[in-house]
Amino acid sequence: MSTFVLLTLTGLGLGAMYFLIASGLSLIYGLMGVLNFAHGAFITVGAYGTWWTSVHVFDGIHSALWRWLASSLLGLVCGGVFAALVELILIRPLYARHIEQVLVTVGLQLAFVALITGIWGPDAKTFVVPPWLHETTTIGGAHIPNDRWVEIATAGAVLALLQLFLRKTRYGLIIRAGVENRAMVQALGIDVRKAFTLVFAIGGIAAAIAGVLSGVYFNVVGPDQGTSLLIFAFIVVVIGGLGSITGSAVAAVVVALVQQYTNYYSSGMGDIVVVLMLGIVLLVRPRGIAGAIVGARA
Amino acid sequence: MTRRKLVADWLWPLLVFGAFAAVPAIHLSIPKVFDQPIDSPGTLALLAACLVYGGLALTYDVQFGFTGLLSFGHALYIALGCYLANIAITDWHWQFWQGIVLAMGVAFALSNVLGFVSLRVGGIAFAMVTLAFAQAGAVLALKDPHHWTHGEEGLGADYTKLPKAFVGIVNTKNLYWLALAFLALVFFAVRWAVDSSPGRIWQAIRENELRVEVLGLRPQLYKLQAFVLSSTLAAAGGIVYMLLYNGSTLAVTEPTFTLTLLLMVVIGGAGSRWGAVLGGILYTYLNNRLVAVGSSSTVEGLPHVLRTPLEQPLFLLGVVFILIVVFLPGGLAGLAVRGRPSGLRRIEAAVRPEVDAA
Repeated sequence: MSTFVLLTLTGLGLGAMYFLIASGLSLIYGLMGVLNFAHGAFITVGAYGTWWTSVHVFDGIHSALWRWLASSLLGLVCGGVFAALVELILIRPLYARHIEQVLVTVGLQLAFVALITGIWGPDAKTFVVPPWLHETTTIGGAHIPNDRWVEIATAGAVLALLQLFLRKTRYGLIIRAGVENRAMVQALGIDVRKAFTLVFAIGGIAAAIAGVLSGVYFNVVGPDQGTSLLIFAFIVVVIGGLGSITGSAVAAVVVALVQQYTNYYSSGMGDIVVVLMLGIVLLVRPRGIAGAIVGARA
Repeated sequence: MTRRKLVADWLWPLLVFGAFAAVPAIHLSIPKVFDQPIDSPGTLALLAACLVYGGLALTYDVQFGFTGLLSFGHALYIALGCYLANIAITDWHWQFWQGIVLAMGVAFALSNVLGFVSLRVGGIAFAMVTLAFAQAGAVLALKDPHHWTHGEEGLGADYTKLPKAFVGIVNTKNLYWLALAFLALVFFAVRWAVDSSPGRIWQAIRENELRVEVLGLRPQLYKLQAFVLSSTLAAAGGIVYMLLYNGSTLAVTEPTFTLTLLLMVVIGGAGSRWGAVLGGILYTYLNNRLVAVGSSSTVEGLPHVLRTPLEQPLFLLGVVFILIVVFLPGGLAGLAVRGRPSGLRRIEAAVRPEVDAA
């Protein structure tokens, strides 16, 4: 029982990161039709931004908690600004040239990993976090590392904020309408390109949060960390249904839990099972679990 | 067949490949371009790697440039050829030819199954799904549940099982010819395939899939053909790769391996045979030589800000790639056909999301 609780909460912590990455990918794809490979770079910017500022900017702060929070905040700002700049400089000039947009993000991702490796070396960096995060809380006989709660709570808060933003604000309305039918939104005289920059910035911030949390989860940040998380986020996006935030959230939890359980019971084959699951979903429901909503527009 | 076509499709390639075949006989030093004389094993090994990558890039171009399928999982089939043939001879002590038959057979069967599943989705989702399948292969090779691949150590080939002509440094020129033979095989196979009637349908699917469907043809079937041909040829390339590097390492299984093939094809020119080959050769050459440039004395004198990026070949090649995508979507081959849509511009329709098609 205690193992099951530990696996479940660890799975949810991992699922939280998958969701944070997948939600941005899914929104960007839904609105613009761009598969954003550079999302891995956004994760890395968030993680390295936080690590760098905690070592070089906020090293004077004695409280580990405040130091971590302040540097994380700067990490998120870096992620959001970087993502918005990528959209403005690289994606916007290639408007309506989808294949080129995708390829540019692929090139950016590869070049960025190489650049990070060049500047800070291929070795992973130790991530400084408040000691409390490394302690455990006992629940149902299981010793749960405290960082799991932070990951789950953060993802829950981001999900709630995103839903609030999408349902209650004017820009949220434009984004939702754009996902449904972009041509119609433009026909109504709304400049949908502002929404493009906005979803990139939102996706960049969410990915940067995932980067910070991955630093907490794995204790280190490395140049390749973003790429490996990105692949599972892709699986989550396809299973969840492209363009659906709720679908991403459900799929992220399912994928991460299945991965954790099978990793425990069959010595590390969880990744294979997740890919098999993707194959089955494609055979049964090629549009993903939220397919009913997305399928309506095709 | 018109005379012009005969010249372009057979005479030119034969002349070019013939000229390449004579390279190991050249005893000449070209400073800056190569560290050692051309007929030295070091230079021949580099050239052989260039030729193999040229061939691999062309197998990728069958699905990407000619059929409009953006796959992020091509490395799976290269890794399959590279590892399975090696596992058969090294772990199971089979004969080399049996290993080849096994690897090619499995690649053919697996590409049929996985191609069928992943072609249920189109465009970008296809890219993500192929990436996921390749990732599963990469994880299998890394975790090594049956103790076949030896995980991160890589699997050195049992050289007693390999043909004697391909073992040892003195035989580097044979490996060079093998790489050239692989490239020529892929080149002529692709020429024949894209000019056959299914091959014309692949290109029609790339331009306008709906129209192909309206003609009463089933695009899925033709896409699967292109996928299987491309993947099976890639597995053959994987076996050559294994011979060239005396074994298999995890590098061939990683997603980045597919992405570098994509970079090669786009830099050279998607949907162009010479373009893909040129892209593969040029990329591999630069990737190897830029390391030397990065550690040269001129670069060492530069300030840190400039030096760091120059020491990373993948950073420079990634930037070149982005510039080509933005300013020269036809790639290098597109320079030859100015004024007509070429390269990426012709693939656009195949990857356009449904959002816009509606």
